Amino acid sequence: MNDTPDHRFPGLGRRGFLAVSGAAGLGALALTGCGAGTDTTAGGKGDGKPQRGGRLRAAFAGGGASETLDPHLSNLFADVARAKALFDKLADYGSDLSAEPRLASGWESNAGLDRWTVRLRKAAFHDGKPVTGKDVLYSYRRIADPKKAFRAKASLEPIDLKASRAVDERTVEFVLKRPTAEFPNILATFGAYIVPEGAEEFDEQPVGSGPFRFVSFAPGRSAVFRRNPDYWEGAPHLDELEIVVANEESARINALLGGQVEYAHELNPTTGRAHEGRGRIEIVRLSNSAMQSFAMKTDRKPFDDPRVREAFFLIADRKELVAGALSGAGEIGNDLFGKGYEYYADGLPQREQDLGRAKALLKKAGAEDLTVTLDTSPVAAGFTEAASIFRDQAAEAGVEVRVKSGSKDSYWRDILDGGTICSYRSGAMPIEAHFSQRLLTGSTTNATHWRHKDFDALYQQAQSTRDKKARGAVYRRMQRRLHAEGGFLVWGFADWILGTARNVRGVETDAPANSLDWARFDKVWLA
Amino acid sequence: MSGLRRLLARRLLLGAAQTAAVVLLVFALTEALPGDAAVALAGDRPDPARIAAIRASMGLDRPAVERLADWAAGLAHGGLGTSLASGRPVSTYISDGFGPTLLLAALTLALLVPLGVGLGVLAARHAGRWADRLVSSVTLGLYAVPEFACGVLLSTVFAIRLGWLPPTAVGYGADLAAHPAVLVLPVLVLLARPVCTLARLVRAGMIDALASPYVAQARRYGIGGARIRYAHALPAAVTPAAQQLARTVDWLLSGVIVVEALFVIPGLGTVLINAVAERDLPVVQGLAVVFGVLTVVLNTGADLVARRLAPRAEVAA
Repeated sequence: MNDTPDHRFPGLGRRGFLAVSGAAGLGALALTGCGAGTDTTAGGKGDGKPQRGGRLRAAFAGGGASETLDPHLSNLFADVARAKALFDKLADYGSDLSAEPRLASGWESNAGLDRWTVRLRKAAFHDGKPVTGKDVLYSYRRIADPKKAFRAKASLEPIDLKASRAVDERTVEFVLKRPTAEFPNILATFGAYIVPEGAEEFDEQPVGSGPFRFVSFAPGRSAVFRRNPDYWEGAPHLDELEIVVANEESARINALLGGQVEYAHELNPTTGRAHEGRGRIEIVRLSNSAMQSFAMKTDRKPFDDPRVREAFFLIADRKELVAGALSGAGEIGNDLFGKGYEYYADGLPQREQDLGRAKALLKKAGAEDLTVTLDTSPVAAGFTEAASIFRDQAAEAGVEVRVKSGSKDSYWRDILDGGTICSYRSGAMPIEAHFSQRLLTGSTTNATHWRHKDFDALYQQAQSTRDKKARGAVYRRMQRRLHAEGGFLVWGFADWILGTARNVRGVETDAPANSLDWARFDKVWLA
Repeated sequence: MSGLRRLLARRLLLGAAQTAAVVLLVFALTEALPGDAAVALAGDRPDPARIAAIRASMGLDRPAVERLADWAAGLAHGGLGTSLASGRPVSTYISDGFGPTLLLAALTLALLVPLGVGLGVLAARHAGRWADRLVSSVTLGLYAVPEFACGVLLSTVFAIRLGWLPPTAVGYGADLAAHPAVLVLPVLVLLARPVCTLARLVRAGMIDALASPYVAQARRYGIGGARIRYAHALPAAVTPAAQQLARTVDWLLSGVIVVEALFVIPGLGTVLINAVAERDLPVVQGLAVVFGVLTVVLNTGADLVARRLAPRAEVAA
């Protein structure tokens, strides 16, 4: 579950603003004050007028006795759920993964896109002190500390934090190392929370600016928060929020059915089906939450030949994979990341299984009677199932796939440079971030070993393009290439399945896991 | 009595050596697992530079032998070290997990002994008749049900369908004693299989003992049936059962992982599982010490009990 981190999505009610602010930051000014009025829009189901009060208990899979409330150490979904209750980021991701202002009220860049001015909204930490530019720079410098290994460090890399400065209390000028048109995505990046200047210790009495204040924390068990009446976006409806940890899925659903929690995160598709429409609990499906794929190493045999990669694209029967490995809880993929997200190239033809052509391509590539080892692991739901389904599909094209299951604790490290093809998944993040983290020569987690100077150049061109439409055209070009000969065989997008008690209202459904409106308990209320 | 003291000293010395061996073995095995704490922590962001930085910050870049020696030196001063994953003292991991585990184990044991022995005696007394057949077939059948299945079944029926009991201990924290209702299902699951083993052992022992020459002799002296059963046959039958019981207690204290996961009880089993997944060696080693010491103490205790109950069997030290 630790695998997917980068997103958050904001309320639909603010989408209109997004389009503006996303366009190179022109729209910042208009955003202040839009937050307070959004209460009624957050409920995805026409839930009526929010009611004040009550306590909501939410069950998540967690990290055991080693858990911490340090928001910069967030790794698991439970970490993020706790962090977003206590803290804010400058921006966060909408349901299409475009960055939306949060603590920032807006941003604008210079003509060269390498100097960005971010204005902060009027917000205060739980101890009453205002959130200032100094806090922002302290937080980012803490994350980027070369001696530490915070997750968001790589994402903040484009920022020159030495040269960046707080112009006044509520204005920060960021100096970048190179033009970065998608700078707002950095502000929204996973784990980039703003903490008070000097804060180092978070488990005793953490102070943030988020919608809830700290009450108590027992690592691996429970975290209790209470309503922050002074929250800048309007106080939460709930009086209290408790996040409890239950690693076993059957325990989470049983606790929900038995009335011990009102919200259960991450349920199995079969559980979802069993309880959907039965009236006892509500099942919520967050679509487009997790890309499911096989990653082929494009720098080694047999996948260094684009014809072999294309043949593999054509071997996959995506409907069967979604039906079998995801129990139908998801959509088929088209070998591209980010279905439904901003800049997704949805005009490309959907790839279908074509064993005849696959065989012909393999023959042309001199790869008949091919045998490959597919690395997989029970590290994520559906991985081993998908691997064996694909093995059978490949057999029909005369390819022998040997499925090798590895340790789940070291899986992501093991497949980064080892093997030739492996199970892979990713949580939601902007398409641009997927490129920069995984598909550039210098990317730190390039599991397909996709290293092409011209592709890097296109990425840099996009980052230097101020006009959003023109930038979108570059992204589409890059995606066309990946669709034709990339290393990711993206066969599906899994739904994220939640269960809620019947009296829970205001749970946003158009919110991929890790987006702003996912696990957003300040907008939830109890009827 | 000096013989007893010598036996005890020998057992404890041996036990200390065994515990040390277990710790060494655990260290070696955990080291042999793929990946280390840095890799586990990096998760799906296995950026090599990041892993190297985490490794350095955890001191994992030092040789394994050096790390083990440091840890052992700390142990000599009474410290179990600090967790790699969180930097918190290992002792807090163990003390936090110990309460719930101990409570579950004590309750289970308190019910297990009378229940197991009672059923065993009942079956032996009616050996071959319907009561015996009923006890024997039910215990055999029950024994075949794994804890996971048993737990899911019980919570589905009694917690979800009937709503008589809470399905999990979610939200009760470590203070389970204050909410006895949450303990019912976990204790039932924990009891299920040990009761079967114990009852069958006692039954077999009783039947053997009742057929033995000394019981026949006692009968000839005209001693009453009840007295023969409980004062003469039972102690002999309980001897093997006591040793089995020690193993069961050990199993209970090692945190019955499945039960803890199913019912969300934050005990030692959960701590262990997480620590292994995180490659958090100091925590794993700390638990190995605790489990090792417990095993030695319990087994020594069981041997002493067996010696007292059946002195002629002279248990091998």
